[in-house]
Amino acid sequence: MIRRGLRSFGRFWWDFLVGDTPEFFLVTLVVVALAFLLRSERAWGVVVLPVVVLGALVLSTWRVRQKKKS
Amino acid sequence: MRTSDVVLILAVFGASLVEMVEALTLVVAAGATRGWRSALEGAASAALVLAVLIVAVGIPLIHYVPIDALRVAVGGLLLVLGMGWLRKAWLRSSGLKAMHDEDLIYEETVSSLRLEAPPKTSRDAVAFAIAFKGVFLEGTEVALIVVSLGASSHRLGLAAVSAAAAVVLVSLVGAFVARQLSSVPENALKSVVGVMLCSFGLFWVGEGAGLHWPGSDLFILVFVGVFSIATLIAGKALRVPVSA
Repeated sequence: MIRRGLRSFGRFWWDFLVGDTPEFFLVTLVVVALAFLLRSERAWGVVVLPVVVLGALVLSTWRVRQKKKS
Repeated sequence: MRTSDVVLILAVFGASLVEMVEALTLVVAAGATRGWRSALEGAASAALVLAVLIVAVGIPLIHYVPIDALRVAVGGLLLVLGMGWLRKAWLRSSGLKAMHDEDLIYEETVSSLRLEAPPKTSRDAVAFAIAFKGVFLEGTEVALIVVSLGASSHRLGLAAVSAAAAVVLVSLVGAFVARQLSSVPENALKSVVGVMLCSFGLFWVGEGAGLHWPGSDLFILVFVGVFSIATLIAGKALRVPVSA
């Protein structure tokens, strides 16, 4: 019963964080890493972090668009 | 009131509104076909369980986890969640994904509930289960948003009150019109919440990592602006042209 509970708990978080858009999970890890790397380069951080998030969103939705088109 | 408080209220209130409208559809379907008493008991029980979860998880997070680590973790969580919401909203507004249809979901739920044996007593397990499941599943995401936004800014009370206000509003309107709320502009709300979650997520990841944004809290508004403009452009740019 404990194992089943743990499995359901793990599955919930897997679906929640990764689910059918694993690219967002990976991009979030990249954003976190970049935030630490650029913490002393504020001007770069201010530009790079939102661009990475927007880029991921555009690519992810663009992929769906291309699939629908073909 | 700080800028981050205003954005927090809007994000939590908007997210709760969207999720509770979806939950209300299932509660009304269960109530109308199987009896209101069990449906309302199911919905109230789920809301109570979620409230206990928020308190049980949120308070220890605030007291025992170092604030910077909490902000990076919560920011990451909000980013994943926010990008998911924005992606869906972009796909729906550009016609690449069907709009969420509350009327259709209501009809399907009612049809499947009518196939079940009619309730024998005033307490009906099926109505209770459908309403509980509807509120609990839709509410889990809200609980996560409340805990993460509330804990990272040490405003758990404010986040919980914002969510509760949305629940009360949806319940009152639902009770008043006695049906599901299909006319709520769900996709527009989803876009707004997605913008808020991405903005907050990015802000907290940066703050937690030690990258201090210019203007502090006010910089959240810059992110809100950037993601809003991108959302407006995406709806048009992603649209697939209909061939003649």
